[in-house]
Amino acid sequence: MDLEYGPEYQDFTKEVESFCEKYKGLSFTDGSNNPLGSSGGFGGPQMSRSEWQKTLIENGYFARSVPKEYGGYGGEADILKSRIIAAEFSKSNTPGAMGGQGIDMLVPTLLEMGTEEQKQAYIKPTLHGEMIWCQGYSEPNAGSDLASLQTKGDLVGDEWVINGQKIWTSTAQYSQMCFCLVRTEPDAPKHAGISYLLIPMDTSGIEIRPLVDMTLKAGFNEVFFTDVKIPAGNIVGKRGEGWAVANATLGHERGSLAPPDATMNRVNMLMQLMKEETLDGKPLIEHPIYRDRLMQIQGKVLAQQSHALRLLSAKLNPGADVKIGKMIQKLTGTELRHELEGLAIDVMGEIGTLYEDSPHLKNDGTWQFIYMYFLGLIIGGGTSQIQKNIIAERGLGMPKEPKVEGA
Amino acid sequence: MYFGLSEEQSFFQDNVKKYLAEHATIDNIKHITSGDKKNLSAEIHQGLLNLGINGLLIPEEFGGLGLDLLFAAVVSEALGGGVGPTPFIAPYVMAPTAIKHAGSKTQQENYLSKIASNENRFGVGFSEFIGKRNDAGITFSDNTLNGRAMFVLDANDATHLLLADEKGQIFVVDAKSADLEIVKLTTVDKTRQYTEVICKNLEAELLEHSSDSRNPIYQAIDAGRIMLAADSLGASQTMIDKAVDYAKERKQFGRAIGSFQAVKHMCAEMAADLEPCYALVWQAAHCHDHSPDEARLMACHAKAHVSEMSKGIAKKATEVHGGMGFTDLLGLHYWFKRIGLNRQILGSPELVREEAYKTQV
Repeated sequence: MDLEYGPEYQDFTKEVESFCEKYKGLSFTDGSNNPLGSSGGFGGPQMSRSEWQKTLIENGYFARSVPKEYGGYGGEADILKSRIIAAEFSKSNTPGAMGGQGIDMLVPTLLEMGTEEQKQAYIKPTLHGEMIWCQGYSEPNAGSDLASLQTKGDLVGDEWVINGQKIWTSTAQYSQMCFCLVRTEPDAPKHAGISYLLIPMDTSGIEIRPLVDMTLKAGFNEVFFTDVKIPAGNIVGKRGEGWAVANATLGHERGSLAPPDATMNRVNMLMQLMKEETLDGKPLIEHPIYRDRLMQIQGKVLAQQSHALRLLSAKLNPGADVKIGKMIQKLTGTELRHELEGLAIDVMGEIGTLYEDSPHLKNDGTWQFIYMYFLGLIIGGGTSQIQKNIIAERGLGMPKEPKVEGA
Repeated sequence: MYFGLSEEQSFFQDNVKKYLAEHATIDNIKHITSGDKKNLSAEIHQGLLNLGINGLLIPEEFGGLGLDLLFAAVVSEALGGGVGPTPFIAPYVMAPTAIKHAGSKTQQENYLSKIASNENRFGVGFSEFIGKRNDAGITFSDNTLNGRAMFVLDANDATHLLLADEKGQIFVVDAKSADLEIVKLTTVDKTRQYTEVICKNLEAELLEHSSDSRNPIYQAIDAGRIMLAADSLGASQTMIDKAVDYAKERKQFGRAIGSFQAVKHMCAEMAADLEPCYALVWQAAHCHDHSPDEARLMACHAKAHVSEMSKGIAKKATEVHGGMGFTDLLGLHYWFKRIGLNRQILGSPELVREEAYKTQV
């Protein structure tokens, strides 16, 4: 056991610290109309979202290991440095890089499986925040059973002709591009009939309908494709390999949905709130039942933080057996965050139900919003029940449910 | 940066596991707990002493191995995993920790070296410092102790006892003294021994620095709590392994019951609950020696959290076994009961979480 990072990393931490200090209070000139990042703080320097993105890349604080020719920093991947950057940015409230499915999912996929031409064309504008992507995976009849998707693509001459419908497509209304799973081989077994296509969202025949969710805020969409024609070369991997291409990065999404450090920040925020708010003249934290519930959750989050260190160490020191350890992250992380946000609502009682712009709202109404939002994350990206199947079948080696004829 | 067990720690743990698998078989556990082969427990204890479990935490200058608490935690995990019917936490973890922090130089020399050489074996009774039940409790005056200490760990076959009063002062007493009565308490967990100790004008030696501050007794209690968490961790893992194996083999409705989601989801939940407990216990043990600012918080949360997760696992793993899980024949209940005891000893989750809160204000 050695929890020290070593002297090289102490220097690096100082370097990141002074960078954050320099940009303290940074705000964005185009903050409010960019869906993928915060609008920043107050009283500091001003720049556009895209300029900030480039500044982060130049300093190696974002896209660190992406080659320079594709618009990245071109450095060695360094897990500890990435962790230090995340921790220092979070501590100093410095806005991080833009996220989104293009950056988090498509870029790693292209780096691994894209053609040289695709890498040249898409990675740089995506990293710079100039090209936003949406993910066309789920369909009305292909949710947990994603591989049964039916949106079809026919190769006619040198074009794919796409017909069908996608759902739960976040940010589709802002996106220039969509990476999409499409059934191109109707006669092949279901997992082997899918291709991974890249579709410009301004192609004619695409219709986007916003799908309002229970938070009344977040932006999912339904996307309809009617005779949408794209070049035959807009495919990652070969025909019928789309399932494998998609799965190469799906695990990455699952792990990053509910990082325990962010959950611990919320625990600390709740503890502060419980010291300030009173019930019958007594701070909430002095009410033993509420206090015990907070401590229960703090213990769970501490366990997840320790667990994240163990997984981090396993990346640095290959050979450690963390197979099940990785599989449980999505399930335990999203469930715990939902539980924590729900506790905040409980301790506030009626006040906890206030929403939107109501008087007496606490912490900008984030507790209710995130409570509901995380129910979405518990369901999305493979429901908790699907996660349990994965843990039991692939982690513990338990037998699968017998197949139903024709499914 | 490396977060995990060292090769030496894994190797030592494997040796303890192997030894228990060979000697603490279910049949032997049944003999020991029914009391028909009294010396079997002592033989197993001797076997573990041969591996060196008594000297792990004793500094080298006193003839021990001078290892840190994480080393002891991996042993405790192995003992929980094999429901080891033998003293460990009181004599070889809590006692040396208490004496190291509370003893004068002379007391350290005197007792630590004798623990390492196996001349002294300590039982530990700190329950009344953590939470005094009814009229229990001991008082110290004129170098004598009077009163009752409940749930003294591993007092049988001990040469000495460490007892604490409500203020956290720690006393060494002779376990064989005529002024002391040891009453056996029968708990559900028959793999370990708990006693009540009644003192009547019992001669006692104060561990010198235990009256300076509460730090020494907290050091010993936290170390004990981390050991109990590790013990429940090991016991829970064994219960999960047994449940998963059973669910793969047992057939009903023409298929293995493990293919039903109702069953496999219980197994997945157990694994998801337990997996982060490894890291929590390891980090709590590591902090105990290397990160004093976080040590108390981590120890309290490790004890409380692992207790909560283990309680759920003990129930679910038994349910996966169906009626067989409920029988004495299968013996799964030894793990269930061990987890049940660990939860209450040295503070139930609610008490320990309250302490966790108080370390933060």
